[in-house]
This record gives sequence, C-alpha cells and structure tokens, in this order.
Amino acid sequence: MEVQLRILRFDPERDALPHWEEYDVPAEPSDRVLDLLHQVKWYQDGTLTFRRSCAHGVCGSDAMLINGRNRLACEYLVKDAGRQISVEPVRGSRVIKDLLIDLDGFWEKYRSVMPYLVNDELPEDGKERRQSPAEREQFEDTSKCILCGACTTACPSFWANPDYVGPAAIVNAHRFIFDSRDHATEERLEIMADADGVWRCRTIFNCVEACPRGINITRAIMEVTRQIESRRP
Amino acid sequence: MTLVSQAERSRPRPRTHDLDAVVVGAGGAGLYAALELKRDLGPEARIGVISKLYPSRSHTGAAQGGVCAALGNTEEDNWEWHWFDTVKGGDYLVDQDAAEVMCHDAVETVIKLEHLGLPFNRTPEGLIDQRRFGGHTRNYGEGPVRRACYAADRTGHHILQTLYEQCIRHDVLFYDEYQVLDLAMPAGADGPVTGVIALQLSSGEVHSFLARAVLFATGGFGKMFKVTSNAHTLTGDGVAIAYRRGLPLEDMEFYQFHPTGMYKLGFLLSEAMRGEGGFLVNGKGERFMERYAPTMKDLASRDVVSRSIYREIAAGRGIDGQDYVHLDVRHLGAKILNEKLPDMSGFIRTYFGLDPLTELVPIQPTAHYAMGGIPTDVDGRVLADETGRLVPGFYAAGECACVSVHGANRLGTNSLLDILVFGRRAGIAMADEVRRTSPAEPDVAAEASVSARLDELLSRTEGERPAVIREELQETMFARCGVYRSAALLMQAWGEVDDLRDRARHLIVQDKGQRYNTDLGEALELGFLLDCAEATVASAVARTESRGAHAREDYPDRDDANWLKHSFAFRWSDGAPPRLAYRPATITRFQPKPRTY
Repeated sequence: MEVQLRILRFDPERDALPHWEEYDVPAEPSDRVLDLLHQVKWYQDGTLTFRRSCAHGVCGSDAMLINGRNRLACEYLVKDAGRQISVEPVRGSRVIKDLLIDLDGFWEKYRSVMPYLVNDELPEDGKERRQSPAEREQFEDTSKCILCGACTTACPSFWANPDYVGPAAIVNAHRFIFDSRDHATEERLEIMADADGVWRCRTIFNCVEACPRGINITRAIMEVTRQIESRRP
Repeated sequence: MTLVSQAERSRPRPRTHDLDAVVVGAGGAGLYAALELKRDLGPEARIGVISKLYPSRSHTGAAQGGVCAALGNTEEDNWEWHWFDTVKGGDYLVDQDAAEVMCHDAVETVIKLEHLGLPFNRTPEGLIDQRRFGGHTRNYGEGPVRRACYAADRTGHHILQTLYEQCIRHDVLFYDEYQVLDLAMPAGADGPVTGVIALQLSSGEVHSFLARAVLFATGGFGKMFKVTSNAHTLTGDGVAIAYRRGLPLEDMEFYQFHPTGMYKLGFLLSEAMRGEGGFLVNGKGERFMERYAPTMKDLASRDVVSRSIYREIAAGRGIDGQDYVHLDVRHLGAKILNEKLPDMSGFIRTYFGLDPLTELVPIQPTAHYAMGGIPTDVDGRVLADETGRLVPGFYAAGECACVSVHGANRLGTNSLLDILVFGRRAGIAMADEVRRTSPAEPDVAAEASVSARLDELLSRTEGERPAVIREELQETMFARCGVYRSAALLMQAWGEVDDLRDRARHLIVQDKGQRYNTDLGEALELGFLLDCAEATVASAVARTESRGAHAREDYPDRDDANWLKHSFAFRWSDGAPPRLAYRPATITRFQPKPRTY
C-alpha cells in the first residue's frame, strides 16, 4: 500500500517559515511511522532531519506530534495511523531543524530536581541495602521514564509558562522522593514547591495520554503535591 | 596535501577543549569509567563524556534480562561456577585470567550498583532478587542456577539511568551530540593517544578534545547486519577509528546471533522469557531444544540455540515451512508476564498485535553482539599488537573492546557485567595515567584530515546514496557471514564487501547544511560499518574451525590443536585484505573439554 505522509519542514539555513511537504511512501500495515520517515530520508530527500536510535520505544529519541498527538515514531504503526499521516515537531520548544527540537531547557529542568540517589551511608555488612518489594513498588511506575519529553511538550501549562519545571522533571523527582533509600527528600520537595514547580499542574492529563511508557504522571504529580502539603504546619 | 589546504580555506580552526580525561560513548562502560575517574581524581578534575546521542539514549538502556553475579540470594551459588560457565560458554577461547577478574568482581560490582541507586527487584527479605539465564549453571554444569540480578525486564535501562544520574551528581562534563571521527595520535605510530577529533552535530563545527587519557566505549556494530537487535546508531565508530589508525581488531569473526529476535524486526525478546520458563517450538509443535541440549534445553548458550533454530528451519520444520519458529510463554501466566516481563509483553502487543498470554510469538535469530573488538588488558589498556604491547593514553571498554572475557560466544547477562567491571577498572587505570602524564598538544594533522574528509563529502555532487550501499552490506553480511558460514559464502561476502567499499568512495550527501546534518552523519557511519565488515569477513575466512558463534559448515569441528588463539586483524592498505596475526588464549584453570549443554 501507499501512505501519504505530510511533514512540517523547517530548515533555518534555507527557509523563512515552516511549511508542509507531502511524500508518497510505500508501506506495510506493520511498518512504524519511523520506517516511513527513513524511507523519505534514505530514498527521497536526505535533508529530512529527526532524532532516532533504538527504534523500539526504549531510548526516547523520536517523540513527535503525529496525527495530532505526541507519540514515539517507532511505536506507532501504519495500521493504526492510517493512510494519511501528519508529522510535526512536538510543541513548546524551539524547532532547530524539521522534527528536531532544542532540548537544552528540557535537560536543564531534569537536572534541577536532583535526579539521583542521595545516600552515602553504606550497610555495615558490605551487602546491598535492604528494600522490600512493597517499598520498591512506590516508585516502580516513575522509574520507567525514558526522558523522551512527550509529556512535557504535550502540557498546556508548559506551553503557557516555559519556566514550569514540567511533568518529566516531576516524574524524575518522584522516582527519588518515594525511594526508601534516599536521603534528600526534603530538598527535592522544596524544589517541587517552587512557584514553577508542581503547583503549575492543572490536571489536564495530556501528559498521561502522551506517555509512551504508560506512566500515570498526573497521579505522580499529585503524590508529590500531597507530600509537600503534609509537611505544611 | 591538496585536501589539507582546501580544508584550511573553508573551515575555521577547530575549537579546542582541554580536559584531563575523555570518555567517548555514554553507555554503561563510559559512564562508569567517568564516575570512577571523578571519584579518583577529585571534584576539580575535568572529565568529559562525548556522545553522539544524549546519554540516556545509549543502547545499554535496551538491555533487558539482568546482570549475573553469584550473590547466592535465592539459592546456593559460587563465583567460580560463574567463571566456569563463562569459559565454557565462550567455547574455551576466553582468556581465563580476565574472566576470573570479571566473575570475582561481579559480586562487589552489583552491590555497588545497588548502593548507587539501582532499583533491583527484591526478594521478600529485601535482598536483590535473582533468576535463571542461558548457560548459567550450578556446580560446573549440573543444571540451571538463579544468578541474574534484575530490575523487571529493564535492567539495562536502570543501569544506564543510575550511572548517568550519579555522573550528573558528581559534575562529569557532558558533550552531547558530538560525533567522534578520529583519535589524536601521531601518524604511523602506536600512540600516545592525546585526544579525539569530533563533529559537533548542532553546528557542523569540528572540535578538538585534548586529554591525558582517552577511553573508547563506543559500543557495537550490529548495523552491518540486516536483522539486528542493535540501534540505528550502532555503527562501530570507535572500532573502525582504531582500525584505521593501524591498531588491531581482535576476534572479529565471533559475532553473536541471539536466538529470540522478533521475526523480521530483529528487536530482542529477552532470554529472561526462557529463564522464567518459556520455550521454543517448531512448526510441528515440538520442543526441539530437548534434542539439541538435553540438560539445559532452552537455556543452552545462545550460539547453540540459534544454530538449533537454523537446523529446524533447514529441515523444513519452521512455522509453515518458513524461516522462523515460535516462542511459547502462554503458560507463564499474567502475573509473571506483567511483573517480571512487562516490556517484552508490550513489544509483542505493539509490534505483532499478539497477546503472549494466549498466542505463540514468531522469533528468529538476530544479530546481537560483537565478542570481538579493540583488544585490551583487564584494565582497559589497548594492545598495539598480538605481543601485548600497550598504546599509551588509549583505553577501550564495553562492547567495542575485546578483553577477552566472552571468547567465541558471550553468555547472557555477561555484557552488562563486562561494561560495569571493565568500565570501572578502565576509569581507575586512567586516573593513574592522568596523574602521571603532562597535558597534550593538539594533533593539527588529524584535525585537518577530519575537516578535509567532511568538506570532500559535502562538496561531492554525484555519486551513490549511503542508504543503498548500507542496505546491500546488511543483506550480504546477514546471508553470508551469519549463523552458518563456509569458505564459499565468505569468499562471496569478501568480494561483495570489497565492491561496496569501492562504491562508497563516491558517496553523495544531499544535505549541504551545517546544523544537524544527519545525512552527513550516516555517510560517515557507513564508512565505519564497512571497515568493521572487512575485518569480520577476513578473520572469518581464515579461521578454519567451528567454535562458539563461528560455525563453519566446511569445518564443523572445534580444532584446539591449531585454533585455541585470538585473531588480530590489522589494516594493511586500502583495498587489500587485512594482515592477520594470532595470540594464544590464556588457559589457567579449565582445560578445554567437549562442549555440551
């Protein structure tokens, strides 16, 4: 079969404004949208630019706005996307070239939440720290995050206020706040309680819909919010 | 010289970064080395990690099933059993002193990883949980043992995340989206290596990184094969750069085909699916592994299982006579599939539209892992030749390196162990070298030659597109240098690779821009793949025996009298086959025996 692929193209070295280009691409129903983008890049127009690596939904490189929703191009199949597919860069960030966006701000926010275990005390027996399956379960969901950015760039609160730390960073704060081994919970909650922290969330649930890992992001944000509130006098 | 002056006209002098140590590649090996360098040299040390991706995209993150260490948390285990399994799994080509280091250090390494924050699955007592994996046995081969420490089926994801997180915490410097294209080292000499030359993808500028020690942790080159579990970005960049600089590549003929790739797609369905009790069935519904490996059955080593699948298919017992068989996990039940193998179940649903609880899953062997690579000692120091001479300032670890702990076939989980143990050891050795040596000078000749190469590619207006040549290379390597090989197939492969190399001299890049020119990047990557393929085929032609993953139909038996030795392939000159030399395998404890599972 043949699929009509519409791609929002923009190369600041050549174009004044973004514009749509259409490509007819041979496809199987089981092909991923990423396969179609490769068809264009490899055999029609080598200038088409996007990030990708693993091609099966674990590296988080290829979040794009496909048929109006943030998805990973390598996880969305033609049989589900249909014969007319539109692909745009995710929203709310500067477009550098075609589907490739500026991620500097995204990584800066990720780094701002202390996304690492803080605990320099080691067990005296030289073995692993103990953690029960139930304790581990507290952060199982948020530990799945692959930092693809689909959630943050789908969030209207982030579009309205680019200083909002955003769902992806909160997910990564949650992963440590709820880890029984961590010692920096209070510092992290303070970061989350900032004016541009969790309060910006309006529970619109776009992030949950966009997450390719199926993380219940809004619930994670609410859990962090409750932790902050429980510490208020 | 013409090219150099041309480059000087069109490009500014590279921007220079003066660092203490440079790590190329941000997977598990590179990140652990960087972390160790920082701990060893202190907070003032300038440790840079250069990667063509963002670190969290590295392919370590795709590893699934677990990392083995004889913790003995769920049943009796012993690191010496692990050592034996590794040696036997590698069909006795393993350097036993190196494997001893790895299996002994495994216990401490996994514990340290937990201390760094890795969220392992836990036993009811709160210890790290363990499960079975292929080729890992109790008491020197008596039966399967629970040795793989795991975090659901995302162990690699958590290793990558944990190490990246701790590198951020300790202020490692990250240079994301830089594609390394050459080493800084004197031409025609074996070192010292004093840095790397890289293309900054965001600007198209050439950057020069100076360092007193350089680690390559650049991963594998599975993209030379048509069906592979590897990411698009695994194109053997570091391996090929070393080779072009006259350094040897060790044991390139040993390439692992993992038995359970998703049919046609190639992505992996973890061995943990069989570790948890899944099994393979042929077109007649038979559990055929019982015939090939009576003791370990579906948990025999990967080379054995992949060959068994090929033999079933060749005998007409594929599914509907086609080139695949089925993985059956229906009996595992929803609890195990959801809790211990959630990502695998997700892949099967997403890409096949099948429910693993009620349906059989089509699988085929997929190109997965290079046992060979840049030869190193147990501290990551790169060997300049088969006599063991060292290259000052140069280190390699992870899949791009060959220590050799995997010999002719790697056991499942031992790649995650390899990157952790040897990444860390390389970091410690590098810190020592950084303390002892003085700052380096830029390699102006290497900078100029990289600039010239880029300008030449960008200025060419006629030629073939990289994708066409890459696709032919992938077909050739998969069909003629795959699970089964022969002189006839390999000579055909040699001719085809040689022809593709010729055609690749005239590649055309359509994108002429500077920013994020991924078209240019793919053309450069194709060059690296072709070099890796050349060394692989030449080493495979020469080895007239079958051992581990190198199975010759014309030489079906292992030949210890002549071939208990590692291949070292050196680039001779453009267009000529590589020069091959050999280094004996190190045998300490375990004398070679017939290998059955």
